[in-house]
Amino acid sequence: MKMRRIGAIVLRQIYLLRGSPTRVLPLFAWIAIDVMLWGFITRYLNAIASPGFDFVPAMLGAVLLWDFLSRVMQGVTMAFFEDVWSRNFLGIFASPLSRAEYVSGLVLTGIGTSLVGLAVMIALASSAFGLSFLSYGPAIIPALLVLFLFGIALGVAGSAMVLRLGPAAEWLIWPLPAVLSPFASVFYPISTLPVWMQPISLALPPSYVFESLRAITNGGHANYTDLTFALTLSLGYLVAAAAFFAHVYRVCVRTGLIARYSAESVS
Amino acid sequence: MWRAQRRHGREGPPPLTEAATPQPALAVEHLSKAFDGRIVVNDVSFSLEPGEIVGLVGLNGAGKTTTINMILGVLAPSSGSVTIAGLDLADHREAALGVVNFSAVYAPLPGNLTVAQNLRIFGMIYDVPNLTDRIGEMIDMFDLARYRDTRCGLLSSGEQTRVSLAKALLNKPRLLLLDEPTASIDPSTADTIRGHIRDYAAREKGAVLWTSHNMYEVAAVCTRMMLLSRGRILIEGDPRTLPTEHGAASLEDLFIGLSREPDERASS
Repeated sequence: MKMRRIGAIVLRQIYLLRGSPTRVLPLFAWIAIDVMLWGFITRYLNAIASPGFDFVPAMLGAVLLWDFLSRVMQGVTMAFFEDVWSRNFLGIFASPLSRAEYVSGLVLTGIGTSLVGLAVMIALASSAFGLSFLSYGPAIIPALLVLFLFGIALGVAGSAMVLRLGPAAEWLIWPLPAVLSPFASVFYPISTLPVWMQPISLALPPSYVFESLRAITNGGHANYTDLTFALTLSLGYLVAAAAFFAHVYRVCVRTGLIARYSAESVS
Repeated sequence: MWRAQRRHGREGPPPLTEAATPQPALAVEHLSKAFDGRIVVNDVSFSLEPGEIVGLVGLNGAGKTTTINMILGVLAPSSGSVTIAGLDLADHREAALGVVNFSAVYAPLPGNLTVAQNLRIFGMIYDVPNLTDRIGEMIDMFDLARYRDTRCGLLSSGEQTRVSLAKALLNKPRLLLLDEPTASIDPSTADTIRGHIRDYAAREKGAVLWTSHNMYEVAAVCTRMMLLSRGRILIEGDPRTLPTEHGAASLEDLFIGLSREPDERASS
């Protein structure tokens, strides 16, 4: 792998962000709106609920951490969609850039853009509503890492789906976090879910994160065994997503989909 | 990898000056491609020597672009092999594509980036040394100085073609694939571009595979041409002598006659 080639993918995104406010704004605008909306909701809930329970870390924290996962996924897919929108697949895939270099470039881009979102999120949530991620204790580090790795895995898998199904499939990718959120126990314990949903929830690394963080806000402790399992599971999903992308790429080269991508001819 | 290392003792092709017997810039052997049982390219074999400019002509749908896509590694052949500067494309994709470049009307550079930005990004992807200087050379060569900071999407189609050609020559490719490079360019600029490509082939010993529907252009630029029809190479030779050899008045007459022949054979 050549860092210079990976750097080219990152530099492309920097050029695009630098020249386009419409790309910069979404990095923090939706996060800011979520902070405001859920911040006021939790403030209201704190006012009407019995004293002793703080909704800020329980609800606002959960919303923002889920938002973080979504932003990581979108950071990866946005960089990929730039090649879809500018019809640049031939330029990219007929070059010496390897699949691993290309995907690494997308991931690095996702890291950069999601860190911007995370910084804005922390600044706004702490200054306006007094939420500090430090209140979760050291468990916040593996928690963020799990959400981060799973977000990247979703982004890579989503990009592979769009590569396989064509440009219009991007509308299947954007709502992926929303589709997963009921299963990921963001706001409620896994035990709340009906029996048929629980195995799905247990297969999702974020479920363990939110269970642990909920335990902390309820005065208990994080389950580090579960968090370690979630970390391993996230890495497994990441490897599976990379393998899925490689498989889809091979199918596209065999069937000629890359060369006639805009035709959206799934075969 | 093992095969190339045995041949060259390292990853990547040898410099032309080192090779005792120069490797063909491109060797295509028994290349075929079928989509759902429909054969589009049928057992095509040819090679390009360093410094050679070869025309690949044929009717629309003859299999030219499919052949080029297989040489560029974005389409897997059903059978056959592509070897670029001694490197089997299937086994050494990155190394082989590092010494290739291309320009095609259907593959424009991203319109939301400027000329200089596009050249920098592709220069990094092709790992071009002294990139800033090389970008300057390409911008001068294709008369793009005034568009350096203009987004490619705002350029005319002719200007976009010049940017695409600048990108195609950035890495001084050992094999250059040009798919109708002058299709949307005025005659004067087209003539200048033909001159640049000829100079490049002579100076850098780069081989050029040039597809065109302009028979005048093929005769003016190419030292050899191949006529592809229904996925097969029908004839091959010097475009200046081929018409006489086949009893045609001109290259265009020969093209029309041979391209229609399979239809006439089929209907008779």
